[in-house]
Amino acid sequence: MITENPVDITSVLMDESAELSVSVTQIVQRLKGTHLHSQLEKQAKECLHKPEIKLETLKDDVRRLLKASGWERKLQNAVYRELHILPPSGHPRAPPEHTKEPLEYMCKAQVNWEKRILKSLNSMCTELGIPLARKRPVPEQKELTNKWNEMGTDEPGNADTNNLTCSRLHLDVLVGLRNPNNERSEDLTVRSHWGLIQVSLNVRDIPQMREMYPELGLTYGQLGIDDHTHVPPDLFESEHIHIGKKVVSEQDSAAAQQYSRQGCPTGLRAQLWSLILNTTNDPEDITHYEQLKARVINHDLLVDNLIYKDVKLTASNDDYYFVFEDYLYQVLLCFSRDTAVLEHFSYNSATPPKSCIQNKSGSEQCAMVYPPNGVIPFHGFSMYVAPLCFLYNEPSTLYRVFREMYIRYLFRLHSVSSHPSGIVSLCLQFERLLQTHLPQLFYHLREIGAQPLRIAFKWIVRAFSGYLSTDQLLLLWDRILGCDSLEIVAVLAAAVFAFRAENLMEVTSLASAEAVLADLSTLKVMPLLQIFLFATSV
Amino acid sequence: VTNLPSQQTAGHKGGRSCIRYRCGLTNTIQDVLNQRPGWVEVKDDGEWDLNWCDVGWLRENFDHSYMEEHVRICHFRNHYELTRKNLMVKNLKRYRKTLEREAGRLEASKCDFFPCTFVLPSEYHIFVEEFKRSPGSTWIMKPVSVYSSDGSRSEEQKDEAQVESYVAQRYIENPYLIAGRKFDLRVYVLVTSYIALKAWLYRDGFARFSNTRFSLSSIDDQYVHLTNVAVQKTSPDYDPEKGCKWQMQQLRQYLTAKHGFETVQTLFKEIDNIFIRSLLSVQKTIINDKHCFELYGYDILLDQDLKPWLIEVNASPSLTASSQEDYDLKYRLLEDTLHIVDMEGRLTGKEKRVGVFDLMWNDGPVHMDVGLEALGSSCLVANTHLGCVNDRQKQLQQLLKPFPGQKRT
Repeated sequence: MITENPVDITSVLMDESAELSVSVTQIVQRLKGTHLHSQLEKQAKECLHKPEIKLETLKDDVRRLLKASGWERKLQNAVYRELHILPPSGHPRAPPEHTKEPLEYMCKAQVNWEKRILKSLNSMCTELGIPLARKRPVPEQKELTNKWNEMGTDEPGNADTNNLTCSRLHLDVLVGLRNPNNERSEDLTVRSHWGLIQVSLNVRDIPQMREMYPELGLTYGQLGIDDHTHVPPDLFESEHIHIGKKVVSEQDSAAAQQYSRQGCPTGLRAQLWSLILNTTNDPEDITHYEQLKARVINHDLLVDNLIYKDVKLTASNDDYYFVFEDYLYQVLLCFSRDTAVLEHFSYNSATPPKSCIQNKSGSEQCAMVYPPNGVIPFHGFSMYVAPLCFLYNEPSTLYRVFREMYIRYLFRLHSVSSHPSGIVSLCLQFERLLQTHLPQLFYHLREIGAQPLRIAFKWIVRAFSGYLSTDQLLLLWDRILGCDSLEIVAVLAAAVFAFRAENLMEVTSLASAEAVLADLSTLKVMPLLQIFLFATSV
Repeated sequence: VTNLPSQQTAGHKGGRSCIRYRCGLTNTIQDVLNQRPGWVEVKDDGEWDLNWCDVGWLRENFDHSYMEEHVRICHFRNHYELTRKNLMVKNLKRYRKTLEREAGRLEASKCDFFPCTFVLPSEYHIFVEEFKRSPGSTWIMKPVSVYSSDGSRSEEQKDEAQVESYVAQRYIENPYLIAGRKFDLRVYVLVTSYIALKAWLYRDGFARFSNTRFSLSSIDDQYVHLTNVAVQKTSPDYDPEKGCKWQMQQLRQYLTAKHGFETVQTLFKEIDNIFIRSLLSVQKTIINDKHCFELYGYDILLDQDLKPWLIEVNASPSLTASSQEDYDLKYRLLEDTLHIVDMEGRLTGKEKRVGVFDLMWNDGPVHMDVGLEALGSSCLVANTHLGCVNDRQKQLQQLLKPFPGQKRT
């Protein structure tokens, strides 16, 4: 905490409350323009007609009525949501770039990473001879409208995958990160870090995580463990479902998030996740989605090709997600055109790419964000959406939930930052957990040229989507939402290695290590996590 | 005439050390029989203890064979009463009438899971009446194919069959769709006796998706509506890599996530009802024989109101695997079937669960064993778990004694 006068306690306290009031002001500002605000105003006005309202106690009476009718709860949920996406408060004089990412070397790495992606996109542009964006001719628009619900039936087109950024390149960028302030010798000692990530970030160890997430512990019931066939439902499951129903009926966002730490019952999960993410399906949300759909019909974007390719390569080939192919196009094509997503760049270390639009005479140029939502899809991106198709089949609801999940959590998996839920921290946390608790295994794998992160990286980037069976994946994502952090993904990766340690000790090459860890579809997530976090001796 | 000379037996329940089998099929069942400890294959005229035959062999040889008490065969003589569409309709309609007379309308309405069907040409006139009464309705013509008079054939032999007559069946115009695709369910039911009726339900099964998107306007596209993988294979879109299948567990979870636990439980209860009623309707017609058991493949379709409909019952469900996962499922299915047939004499006969099979009906509904805590409540829970989790390995280990000559692992 930086203060003007280090000895002045009063001003420290004032700074704290000033910080709070800054946040409050920010949130109020953000909520002012929303539909909720106008609804609240309308409700308050309607309250005035009620006989219980007295002029002397106007404010309190209106407040009381709004509380009774559930509007206060809706406001609470909205505020709770804003708190989630509020950019971290920095020093009042710090430029906004520092809020996005305080460490300069991280910033630089992210910028370089973005340059590479853009280069790839531009070369794709020239190779295929397609403009970045073009207006669709009317017959094409009509055709797309008719085919909207079955875009998956199209021919796959060219199978060239060079232009889809893949995780291997991404990992190389992370491996190359160096903090210029840190002189590190190349010698391998017991105290040095054996893994690929060679920067020092503050990541939680097991004792700290036990403290942060006690609800994952052995004394708490868990869905994914205590709902097993052999356990009588009276012990935990029935009561937990009962509480879940109450949470849903109370429409309490914060309670839902807390509840989710112990897992969401299958029949309630869709509603609970909606509640945690505070996504609604009001007419205005449906209108917004229809607007995005109209934008898709009107214009064709170059990035659409990346989306088509990705879906065909990943989700369409998956044994379970293949069914949802059409939904994936419907969500991702709209997502690319949603400028509301640009808001999240205020706390994302990434910066949306800009392209120059030249007008017809070539004289004027203006820089516009491209694609409109600032996010360039990469190989595996559609796997972020696929599991949600299990829960929501209304396109507008599915879309809202995905968008909210993306701007709260998923974006951190593919931008370079120092955030504890960022991909760099997660990789480092995974390696540290492994080195601390399974040193023999780590050393062995290192010696045979099978750095654990090389295998685990793809799991972490996708938050295990496509690697675990769907029911297990949803149990994992319950905890991501409940704990408001992606750390659990890093822990699971380490727990998987711990589980298969015996077999891994016997392998003698990277290929055979990959083979041991190729099939995770039979794994039960919660027992692995619990054992690793709460039964490992520290 | 095939003579089966009397075979030296050590007594059926005594634990035979060597079981001779004859197998007329060349798919997964071959592997299962081959790999079963202590089982040897006999060919041609050799004496056998178990015959996994195709319906052709049955037709030609069953009536002329004398079978010792312990011998088992995988079909009932006149299974076609259940599996041939025209006979099934007749049996079900008759059963429904009896039920209405004896137990009232409500009870009889539990048989309304079969889409309105008319046998042609015999019921042509009533079909026309019904057709006129429901304008705009769509009907599907299904062939009743035969080799010879009794009209049975296996799924794999579909292509080669000759068609004798048709049934006209009311087309279900509002099927339940997942992501715009139509699907049907394949469920396995094992019947070891008709009098008294003893039927087992296999927990695993799968949903088969149509490769293309459903819409009534594409009624001409035959590939959209017929979901059998066998037919899908000829669709130009068909990608054999894809599989087009979901495991039953997956489907059950998906439906639970969408509709909630209670709704889906009700749905699965109604599906159980289909199995039981269809079997009860042919109970008196099928020639019961203690040597016979039969593994049926039921095809079920869900409509948008989550009502299940019976499409077809197969006496020879396809045992050819379309993928590794499919192979594993069919392997386990057949292994558990053989556990229940119990040539080795390892079961007591009181089991309610063997591997992935749950005993569904044993001359009456079968209920789950309840623990002490639930004794106070009068709620009886059915012993069926379609689409639910199972711990097969563990259950089998606890249940079965090792094979003779095999140590417990």
